[in-house]
Amino acid sequence: MEASITLRVDGRERSLRVDTRTTLLDALRERLGVTSVKKGCDHGQCGACTVLLDGRRATTCLALAVAYDGATITTARGLAASGNLHPVQQAFLDHDALQCGYCTPGQICSAVGMLEEFRAGHPSFVTEGPGVPAALSDEEIRERMSGNLCRCGAYVNIVAAIRQAMGEVGGRETGPGTAERAAP
Amino acid sequence: MIELLEPRAMGTALERMDGRAKVMGTAAYAFEHRLERPVYLCAVQSTIARGRIAEIDTSAAESLAGVIAVVTHETASRLASDANKELWVLQSAEVHFRGQFVAAVVAETPEVALQAADLVGVAYEPARHDVRLSAERKDLYAPKCVNAGYPTDTDEGDAGEAFEAAEVKVDATYFTPMEHNQPMEPHTTVALWEPPKLTLYDSTQSVHSVRSTVARTFGLEAEKVRVVSPYVGGGFGSKGEPHAHNILATLAAMQVPGRPVKFALTRQQMFVVAGYRTPTIQRFRLGATGDGRLTAIIHEVVELTSRFKEFAEQTAVPTRLMYASAARRTRHRLAALDVPKPSWMRAPGETPGMFAGEVAMDELAVACGMDPIELRIRNEPECDPQSGKPWGNRHLLECLREGARRFGWSSRDPRPRQRTEDGWLVGTGVASSTYPRYVLPGSRAHIRVGDDGRYLVRIGAADLGTGTWTALTQIAADALQCPVEGVRLEIGDTDLPNATVAGGSSGISSWGLAIVAAARELRRLNGSRPSPGAEATAETPRPPEDETFAQHSFGAQFAEVRVHAETGEVRVSRMLGVFSAGRIINPRLARSQLIGGMTMGLSMALHEESVIDERFGHVINHDFAGYHIASNADIAELEAVWLEEVDERSTPMGSRGIGEIGIVGAAAAVANAVYHATGKRARELPITPDKVLT
Amino acid sequence: MTPFSYERAPDATSAVARVAGHPNAVFLGGGTNLVDHMRLGVARPDLLVDVSRLPFSQIETLPDDGIRIGAGVRNSDLAAHRAIRERYPVLSQAMLAGASGQLRNLATTGGNLLQRTRCAYFQDVTTPCNKRNPGTGCSAIDGHNRDHAILGASEHCVAVHPSDMAVALTALDAVVIVLGPAGERRIPVADLHRLPGNTPERDTALERGDLIVAVELAALPVAVNSAYYKVRDRASYAFALVSVAAALEVRNGRVADARIALGGIAHKPWRALRAEAVLRGAAATEETYGRAADAELADSRPLQHNAFKVPLAHNTLRMVLRRLTAGASS
Repeated sequence: MEASITLRVDGRERSLRVDTRTTLLDALRERLGVTSVKKGCDHGQCGACTVLLDGRRATTCLALAVAYDGATITTARGLAASGNLHPVQQAFLDHDALQCGYCTPGQICSAVGMLEEFRAGHPSFVTEGPGVPAALSDEEIRERMSGNLCRCGAYVNIVAAIRQAMGEVGGRETGPGTAERAAP
Repeated sequence: MIELLEPRAMGTALERMDGRAKVMGTAAYAFEHRLERPVYLCAVQSTIARGRIAEIDTSAAESLAGVIAVVTHETASRLASDANKELWVLQSAEVHFRGQFVAAVVAETPEVALQAADLVGVAYEPARHDVRLSAERKDLYAPKCVNAGYPTDTDEGDAGEAFEAAEVKVDATYFTPMEHNQPMEPHTTVALWEPPKLTLYDSTQSVHSVRSTVARTFGLEAEKVRVVSPYVGGGFGSKGEPHAHNILATLAAMQVPGRPVKFALTRQQMFVVAGYRTPTIQRFRLGATGDGRLTAIIHEVVELTSRFKEFAEQTAVPTRLMYASAARRTRHRLAALDVPKPSWMRAPGETPGMFAGEVAMDELAVACGMDPIELRIRNEPECDPQSGKPWGNRHLLECLREGARRFGWSSRDPRPRQRTEDGWLVGTGVASSTYPRYVLPGSRAHIRVGDDGRYLVRIGAADLGTGTWTALTQIAADALQCPVEGVRLEIGDTDLPNATVAGGSSGISSWGLAIVAAARELRRLNGSRPSPGAEATAETPRPPEDETFAQHSFGAQFAEVRVHAETGEVRVSRMLGVFSAGRIINPRLARSQLIGGMTMGLSMALHEESVIDERFGHVINHDFAGYHIASNADIAELEAVWLEEVDERSTPMGSRGIGEIGIVGAAAAVANAVYHATGKRARELPITPDKVLT
Repeated sequence: MTPFSYERAPDATSAVARVAGHPNAVFLGGGTNLVDHMRLGVARPDLLVDVSRLPFSQIETLPDDGIRIGAGVRNSDLAAHRAIRERYPVLSQAMLAGASGQLRNLATTGGNLLQRTRCAYFQDVTTPCNKRNPGTGCSAIDGHNRDHAILGASEHCVAVHPSDMAVALTALDAVVIVLGPAGERRIPVADLHRLPGNTPERDTALERGDLIVAVELAALPVAVNSAYYKVRDRASYAFALVSVAAALEVRNGRVADARIALGGIAHKPWRALRAEAVLRGAAATEETYGRAADAELADSRPLQHNAFKVPLAHNTLRMVLRRLTAGASS
């Protein structure tokens, strides 16, 4: 069974017909030629397929494309608007936070989304107390990024890169622990 | 003597040249090349571990709209060569292991292909399968040799007698589980058959190996087969040789000429047909004098291979050179089972062998009441016990001493179970590390001066995240005595000159030697400023000092662990590797490789285990939720450093290769730290909470 | 995957009617478990009714100071909600212990409750499984059962429930609000999930067409002093070997109230009623906690590879109670 959907991908409006079984991941990679999102496991267990979906980091391998008609998607390619790298991307380069590069686009989208979550006051499993700290410790960065596996073992550099990017992208804008908004 | 290159680019921490494309996601991996009218392959796998296909019914699958072909052993092209039984795909009704490819569905979309695969009906005549590895088996046998051509057994002195007579003895058996490489990019082949031409967009550690193997297997002319692989999403040995997926994709492509057949293994299939490390059962005996001088070393390994093709991991080989002992015996015995063929996984041999050996040394240190570093110092061999040759450059002791200094070893209380912090038992451990310096013959490099004066350097090498794009550019620049910007490197394509596999940590050495030879030839013929059009080709020369010296790298691994006293959870709070690997071509990239190897070693120590259910014969925890690799939260402080050195006996680059040494000894350091923390000796990996608690 | 139709439900009542009236339809929330199982061939619906955009995405405080959580609230938002963090920390911690950040952004409250076991044999369509195909046998009982149940299992199924959130909700006596073809009803979360018995194919008490619309928490002062501890094989992004959700109130050195649930050890979150009975009114000491753990785990039936879960559950429960005792006095 098929359906027509429209996705806004990396700033471009894309319309296509998809099999209802087509995931957002396969719609992007195979139907739209957007390969700046990667398939590592296809079962939500590695995070390589992470993008920013309507502004929040999300895995795309278990999201059905038909369920996301009208969604806005940003991949690692889209973060580098007009050729300028996003601070997280630049930080990954500065710290060699990658090796084979296959998990990298997902790591970067996840990091961007994660920093946004932190700014919005979201805690992690290692956060103590009801609020969030003023800055993310290494322990916090590691826990928040644990949904992105890296077999090359670039974690040490990934954490360093995110620490650098955190400084550049800005600290927290809101008060401690204000995540009271409902789901989108 | 070797004529060393003058280092200008070598030794600088250049940013990874493929980094920008990778952070933007624009580097094209095998599945991602833009091709016209692709089709998708979904594989059907056997549900028995041994026996025959009695009947295969493809009619329901074929009649599904969008299905173009269903290929089985009844319809597939006949392969020309059965020299490699692993690649004898869809050629007979024989089933050799559970999960073997028995059919391929080719469809217009991946969704239809997946659905159709489910509709292929296969009836089997199962036979009794045997997948159990044990040291008690009566059918263990000695292979003719083990991987990399080493002798299966060695025997110096009378090790048995020396052991019996020893004042202090360690006799223990160590277990490492089956492990799977699991690069983040699954094995992938996109095959396009335009007779007589075959093009494979692949993910491989050797494009030329895929080409020659596929050509031979199919009876094609190698010149008519092109393999393209500019970016590889990890391999760790599993992409070092072609596997069944290369053949299956090509067989399918031959049924749909003109259309690219896209085939990437599912993550579940990565536990079947992509290669893996054998489990090992290792009995390790050490005999020593009361003051810790080794008098006997006996290392006996039991491991598995597949019945249809042998792979014997060289697990006991590092024991042949690590420490001095008048009597030494090593032995490998295999059980041939109804399992897929094992293959290389990062530092094959050294990784499991040094786990057993370095934990055994730790046990000996305890038995002798000695510091474990002191024990190793006391048993340092003056020359290579294996070959009798003097060491090219062995700096194990400097690594141990430097590591001890940085890690704060001198303040360590050697008694186990002395430190508790907040409910966590704290301990530290040390282990040696080693890896040979391999140079493989047969690579060729071609250098031509372009119209813009830049040097075009061409060689079919591979970058799997190892930094080849950058490191070879740096080497070429120094060999050509020009700035890095003056070099344009091309790798990862069989249109380029032949290159040996990115394996055995031999890539930079082997390819670098060829590039240096070609550069020197170019300059010899054309002077120091050759004109556009000037060119030269050269092959990897045999390193002249290899006749004289034993070429190996060494290192030391240190770990601090915290073990929760009540839950058994283990965390590595600090880890340090100190390595001696000759000149470091690019410190930024080398550090990444080394910490990557250490991270994999930590993962091996604490998390990884492929569990075979003997009733069915396959790995039951066949995904990333069941097979755990280290997550970001598992890695705390982890650092790799090296001795600043130039190896004047190895290669003109002064380097030795660093891709694998990072993993060697890491798991032993962690296990030894767990002993120090808890007083409980871990001899079996992975060290999961249940093993600590019970 | 077998082909399926996809529909977006305009409202809850029609969603319920649609699924109730169709022989092989399911609700779609975030899809993080359903789509996974569809790709594995474990789930084979031919109609998906998307309920993720129904107006169930609010977290609101009720007049009696309880909290009502819409079934469509994303896991990440629920975990981050200020009132949850402050008044029911065990729930927030449990949610943050599950999956990953990006999965939590997709997963819904309802979906989290209804996720199915991750037993390797259930998920592998080539191995026999009574839950997937009743009557074919349980491959885990004599197989790789390190991850499986020590309590409440049957000879037909030894699977465990994978949700962390459900364990916390069980300790908190949450109530699940369900809209069915016959209207709305309230199910205590302890009655939502079943033990396998001889019908392991049924995970929950829900019937076809039943839609979870909300979860309610009563105002529960004891919950302010609560915590979740999860023991896993790696530091993050892994299912529980054993987990403990507990809330404790200590007054004058005695346990005034205790709510405890254990995860990773049974087909449903295991409300530790026996432990609670030992604790209530007893001295808040290590000795009491040991007796409570003994009582709860007395009927453990370990399998060949999961015997470690008994001492692990024992130790973890005592440790959490100890920490909460320290927390209660500060």
